[in-house]
Amino acid sequence: QHGRVKIKTTAQQEEEKRKEREKKLKIYVAARDACFSKRSEGVWDDEALQLTQQLLSSNPDFATLWNYRREILMHLETWSPLFWLTNNAELLFLESCLKVNPKSYGSWHHRGWVSARLPRPDWARELSLCDRCLSLDDRNFHCWDYRRMVVKISGVPVDQELAFTDRLIGSNFSNYSSWHYRSTLLPLLHPESPDAKLYSFLSEYELVQNAFFTDPNDQSAWFYYRWLLGRGTSVCNCVHVLKYFGPFLALTAAQICDLPPGTINDISNEHNLTVHWTEKHTHRDCALYTGRTESWCRDSATDQELFRSELSVEKTSVLQSELQSVNQLQELEPLNKWCLLTIILLMRALDPLGYEKETLAHFQTLKEVDSMRSAYYSDLCSKFMIENTILKMEYAEVRVFSISDKNLTTLCHLDQLLLVTHINLSSNQLQQLPPQFAMLQCLEVLEADNNSIENLEGVYHLPKLEEVLLKNNKISTLADLQPLASCPKLKRLDLRGNPVAQTPNVESELVELLPSVTDLLL
Amino acid sequence: MAAEDLPSEFDVVILGTGLAESVVAAACSRVGQRVLHLDRRSYYAANWASFTFNGLLTWIQQHQEESPPEEVQDWSGQLEEGDELIYLSNSDPASIRNLQVFCYASEEDEEEEADSPGPPDTTEEEEEEAVKETSETESADSKDEERTHQVRRNFITPAAHHLTAINAHLLSVQSQAVHIEGEEPEADQPRPSAAPSQSQPTRKKISYAQLVKEGRRFNIDLVSKVMYSRGSLVDLLIKSNVSRYAEFKNVTRILTYRHGNVEQVPCSRADVFASRQLSVVEKRKLMRFLTSCVEETEEHQAYSGRPYVEFLRDQQLGDNLQHFLLHSIAMVTEDTPTEQGLASTRHFLRCLGRYGNTPFLFPVYGLGEIPQCFCRMSAVFGGIYCLRHSLLCLLLDTPSNSCKAVIDSRGQRISCSHVVLEDGYVPANRKRVALPPRFVSRAILITDSSVLPSESEQQVSVVTVPPIAAGCPAVRMVELSPSTMTCIPGTHLVHLTCQSVGSAYEDLSPVVTRMFHTPESPDRGSRPSVLWCLYFNMADGWGAEPDGHDLPSNVFLCSGPDAALGHDHAIRQAESIFQKILPEEDFCPPAPNPEDIIYDGDNGSSSTAGGLEEREEEREEEREEECEEEKEVLEDASPPAEE
Repeated sequence: QHGRVKIKTTAQQEEEKRKEREKKLKIYVAARDACFSKRSEGVWDDEALQLTQQLLSSNPDFATLWNYRREILMHLETWSPLFWLTNNAELLFLESCLKVNPKSYGSWHHRGWVSARLPRPDWARELSLCDRCLSLDDRNFHCWDYRRMVVKISGVPVDQELAFTDRLIGSNFSNYSSWHYRSTLLPLLHPESPDAKLYSFLSEYELVQNAFFTDPNDQSAWFYYRWLLGRGTSVCNCVHVLKYFGPFLALTAAQICDLPPGTINDISNEHNLTVHWTEKHTHRDCALYTGRTESWCRDSATDQELFRSELSVEKTSVLQSELQSVNQLQELEPLNKWCLLTIILLMRALDPLGYEKETLAHFQTLKEVDSMRSAYYSDLCSKFMIENTILKMEYAEVRVFSISDKNLTTLCHLDQLLLVTHINLSSNQLQQLPPQFAMLQCLEVLEADNNSIENLEGVYHLPKLEEVLLKNNKISTLADLQPLASCPKLKRLDLRGNPVAQTPNVESELVELLPSVTDLLL
Repeated sequence: MAAEDLPSEFDVVILGTGLAESVVAAACSRVGQRVLHLDRRSYYAANWASFTFNGLLTWIQQHQEESPPEEVQDWSGQLEEGDELIYLSNSDPASIRNLQVFCYASEEDEEEEADSPGPPDTTEEEEEEAVKETSETESADSKDEERTHQVRRNFITPAAHHLTAINAHLLSVQSQAVHIEGEEPEADQPRPSAAPSQSQPTRKKISYAQLVKEGRRFNIDLVSKVMYSRGSLVDLLIKSNVSRYAEFKNVTRILTYRHGNVEQVPCSRADVFASRQLSVVEKRKLMRFLTSCVEETEEHQAYSGRPYVEFLRDQQLGDNLQHFLLHSIAMVTEDTPTEQGLASTRHFLRCLGRYGNTPFLFPVYGLGEIPQCFCRMSAVFGGIYCLRHSLLCLLLDTPSNSCKAVIDSRGQRISCSHVVLEDGYVPANRKRVALPPRFVSRAILITDSSVLPSESEQQVSVVTVPPIAAGCPAVRMVELSPSTMTCIPGTHLVHLTCQSVGSAYEDLSPVVTRMFHTPESPDRGSRPSVLWCLYFNMADGWGAEPDGHDLPSNVFLCSGPDAALGHDHAIRQAESIFQKILPEEDFCPPAPNPEDIIYDGDNGSSSTAGGLEEREEEREEEREEECEEEKEVLEDASPPAEE
């Protein structure tokens, strides 16, 4: 047609591009081979430096070449002590590499290596480089890493860094890196001054609330919020001494250990034992009197201390006002899972028994709105129900633990049940009695009817266990009952309604396996 | 070129270089049409133009003068049997009216202020100085640091030299304008003489002389619009690759005027997060509202036909948010129906985040660049351009009721298949105008600081000002900082726009008086001072009907700028005209990269009749020239802001 501007056809363009590429590849391969042969000959000269520069500037992810380049630089450095004084070029070269690939491991690593060698590194320049890179991509973790190194070496004041996170969070608050960085800075900024700490944290609460009210579906803010609310550690320790064939000591944190031989004998009428936890730098004393077979000593397990490790740091008033504002958000966003979960955690921190009903209702909603994670919520709910039951038991000062018909899916905090003699887990959804169940060294009666238990792994070496009731579970083979053989005092076993009860010869085989059992129900 | 005759045959003749006309020109040239693009003015872009300060003063002067009565020449000699003539109007007195200029800056530099309380007389010496000044800068142009910019302007505006030459008169014209103003019988008239004595001593004031001296660094738009980042203009610029001819900046913030204060409107997620004016609950409500209105719901439909403000009220949003949503995000009035309010809210939201934290872009060097960019594209593809060159009449082939040729202002007959006209050229008796004709009120201010100072001096702000009293129009304001290359450092350029109720002065001066400091302002406060301002009314292109005129079927009309914030109207108009001219062709397909264009030889195109060959060569030369210049400019130009 008339008057049209002529344009190269795509085929022409393709052809040109192909030729261009071929030419480039040829040059690249030649340079690479030259580099390798030089290295194998042990040549560390300027030419080699040039060659690596040429190659790395087009492909900065070639680790071997970076290594070679460092070898050359180190070689040159030994020749001239002033080598690095004049070497700004290396940094400029690295910047050009970062433009090619801002997430190149090699380039960032090399930059760190060079910076560390420079006699007078310009850290301000390095920081501004990081700022530029992070403004282009605030999730460039290579850059974050390098920046951390720069900050550490150059000693940037903490408050300045906090202002830096302010800036990043201001431009985009969906960024774990910035929030997390903040969580490492705040403790540094307020090492041990409770008032300043509280004040500063109130403004932190404001900041993070702004974020989750603006976008309640963004996890990063919620995670930071959890961190803000709770950084307590569990302080409860318990020592239990049980005189058995060979007396041994039971500790919390899933440890049972034998006492050294001769520690306890029948002659002295009182034994004082001191247990040291080297990790926590604490110790407990425990005395075992004559004529007693067991003795214990534990921290009082009131609600104030026992299960507040999740959200324990703040004063009740702060938690109360946080609960109010999150409740406010929940009114606006009744189906937001992060909000619901945070409410549950806050309620537990404030008054676990008082809020039990609300907590259960919120768990129900959570399972509906986030069905993909319903098993997780069930487990979490089980954990909380167990905690509540333990608290109730502690208040009642009894050694009976009863938690039937609560939809439990998992067992936890078994280390807190060290002293329990009678446990009732009937009518839940348990599938197994996990290995930690062996912590229950005082257990005499285990009731677990109407669950889905397939596995008795944890019912193992329980010296006082006499009765095991497992009616209507899913124990299917004799092998599943094997652990029970290690419980010497087992007398009564109820297996009615289990598949194993239907297998032929089950009775005779059981007698063989568990000779101590006198009362067997099948 | 000027002395030679034009080729006598074209496919499309376009008169007027406004946005729609320029887009049509680019689209037609791009697909191989022979395009002649003319404008009777000495500058590009008609009422879409941007001017230097001095250029604007000239423009004001031209519009204040009585236009000479049109000489109607008799061209019946060119007529063939059965033909008819339509004479075109070559002055457009109707589109601009009510021009009023006020100068509050001191006439001279600071030191002399105290000695010149009265309106200064413009002496002969000053005029001479001004002449010297301009000629000096002119000669220095080719070398100085603004070369790039100048190359752009020179290429695009061959008349630039002509404009500067006129500048000699500027000072005197200006003081006249002020005098005229002083004599008008309006109530609270400003007395420019009072201005110097009220100037604040704290800040180095910019004098009028300085504005004139540095006038070339202004790029003052006649229309005030911004580009929606997903609007039809941006889409077209990207699709056609025309974007490579211009640079863009983000509008950095949306402001609103409320309870006597200028406030920032939180519209992006980061804004909402950072906002100090909103409570956390408001933040949530706002975010939720914004997310929810992206999708059409039954609730939305239930409010169809009822006012948007009612819908907002029922969302329990509170006054703050309601104000932001109605005036600043939807940018509608209290009685706009819900569906329309939601549609514009959605448009706003869709545009958000494509290029930045606001939905808008602004072209560096002003909006006048945009039509010129399309003209450049047309020129690259062979379009021929003449400024100060018009058409006198259309030659009609009566039996077919189509225009078969035109006669240009030099009396040359040019045959063509299609004609596109800016509607100002159409004689009144042929035009069907919407009744009553609508106008847009405009004010252009040069101020000394921003309406909402911030850490950054380089903010570009869109400000929405709801009606300040019942019956007043809602005013839209765009405040440009020097970073947009539209004003000199130390100043801001402020454009106010509203649908006319009365004259521009009546409509807009109350807002100016409240938001800025002028001699009329009740108190000084900390508001920015107005150094200079211009009020005028411009015909609203929205009111003009594109169809139904008493014109031949192959003559198409382009209306001038409309009052809307975006450019959709003009782009839609251009596309529909293009589709009527060339229904089979693609509208502005991507232009090839400059390196893919084969420049040498275009000899394959000899399929046309022998008689055309001569003209063909001529065209060829022209195109080569154009291309050469093109290459130069492209090398200088920075890459487009997009992508």
